[in-house]
Amino acid sequence: MKKIEAIVKPFKLDDVKEALNEIGIKGMTISEVKGYGRQKGHKEIYRGAEYVVDFIPKVKLEIIVDAAQVDQVVAKIKESAYTGKIGDGKIFVLPIEEVIRVRTGEHGKDAI
Amino acid sequence: MNTGDTAFMLIASALVMLMTPGLALFYGGLVRSKNVLGTIMHSFICLGIVSIIWVVYGYSLAFGPDIGGLTGNLDWMWLKGVGTKVGPYSDTIPDLLFCAFQLMFAILTPALITGGFAERMKFSAFLIFTVLWSSLIYMPICHWVWGGGWLGSLGALDFAGGTVIHINCGFAALAAAMIIGKRKGWGRGESFHPNNLPMTVLGAGILWFGWFGFNAGSALAADETAALAFFTTQVATGAAALSWIIAEWILRGKPTTLGAASGAVAGLVAITPAAGFVGPVSAIIIGLVAGVLCYLAVLAKSRLGYDDALDVVGIHGIGGIWGALATGLFASLAVNPGGANGLFFGNPNQFVIQAIGVGATMAYSFIGSLIILKIIDVTVGLRVTTEEEVQGLDITQHSEIGYSL
Repeated sequence: MKKIEAIVKPFKLDDVKEALNEIGIKGMTISEVKGYGRQKGHKEIYRGAEYVVDFIPKVKLEIIVDAAQVDQVVAKIKESAYTGKIGDGKIFVLPIEEVIRVRTGEHGKDAI
Repeated sequence: MNTGDTAFMLIASALVMLMTPGLALFYGGLVRSKNVLGTIMHSFICLGIVSIIWVVYGYSLAFGPDIGGLTGNLDWMWLKGVGTKVGPYSDTIPDLLFCAFQLMFAILTPALITGGFAERMKFSAFLIFTVLWSSLIYMPICHWVWGGGWLGSLGALDFAGGTVIHINCGFAALAAAMIIGKRKGWGRGESFHPNNLPMTVLGAGILWFGWFGFNAGSALAADETAALAFFTTQVATGAAALSWIIAEWILRGKPTTLGAASGAVAGLVAITPAAGFVGPVSAIIIGLVAGVLCYLAVLAKSRLGYDDALDVVGIHGIGGIWGALATGLFASLAVNPGGANGLFFGNPNQFVIQAIGVGATMAYSFIGSLIILKIIDVTVGLRVTTEEEVQGLDITQHSEIGYSL
């Protein structure tokens, strides 16, 4: 089992969600996060005083999948989150040791 | 007594009262979230402090029997002799109602100053400052212009308080910003984001609404002059909101919401002394100039190096000076036979009188405030500790927080 963490542009969230639905991904956890990479921040102006804001709002998705599905999911996220402009985000793949469904006590793949 | 005038002035007084909580929201939205309540409190509690001072001796100092054109005496302490009969300041409304209307102005003015020392003053020092400043600076200047003092006798026109309120609070705020010093990190890259601009815009809206009471009410009657002041207030304010955002669009690339709200306040300030003396077209010109001028004054602040946190100098000081001088340019007997002609209507002398009023108010307010602040600083201390400043006024001065999310 693997965890896929993807940082994407907030306005792309719906596209990513729909794309993952199409390939049968039934659940995900998202959070609103801020960060920066190569994309520069934005400028804010208050009564002429300019502030450069480094941290840009992004959405982080966390999805747990069977190892066999990883490539397909990553490809879908890549495709649906893509704009071609700097700041499209990143995808991380991490190993997962165990998954337990709280309600039934199922373990492993069955619990995903 | 005239019931129409009395009804109008009751409403106008309540409108001016609402400006102080409106100002609290305007200022409250502009500071960082850790100081939102401390900033709101600075304005709001003036409703308490000044009301008491006013009854005990304030009204007497401002409007009581004259001493040498400089101040009222103490004959009317505890409002002795100030009752519900008409006069002496109006033939149509109760004396006590005039007293109430003027009280609302006396409350608003020290609240306006608080923008200059926002985010760093000890609450105890603020209370002492407000008592001393109201007593020693506001009451005398109010007397000079409206209470039978020397500026009024000289013929200075100040319809609703451009000198008494705005130039006065602007230069007191400059003194405060200089004595208390810059906020930690100001001018060195640290950012001072407003915490809630929608609240600031709401506050500006309440100020604008209340200002109809402030300006039209200064006619002291539901009459032609009140209608004129109401109208000039509206168009000057709209013009200034527009010219401010156009100026910043040209100079900084974007028209901002805060710019529109700030421009509106600049326009309200500028039209205040002129409201009942100029025509609608003159009012638009006064507003258009005010928006650009005050924006440039705010921009100049960072070069001049004083941390007037919420731009009281740029908006009220400079806007007030422009308004007072503009009254000397645009005043016209054709629109108000009770006023005077200005420079553009063939009476250059009026402009000179206005300039004297501006200079005297600036000097007295600035120097007097400087002395008061210095005395408080060396006795009880004006400023919170650096640790308290970093934590914020809300938790350190009041043990509460504005937003718990």
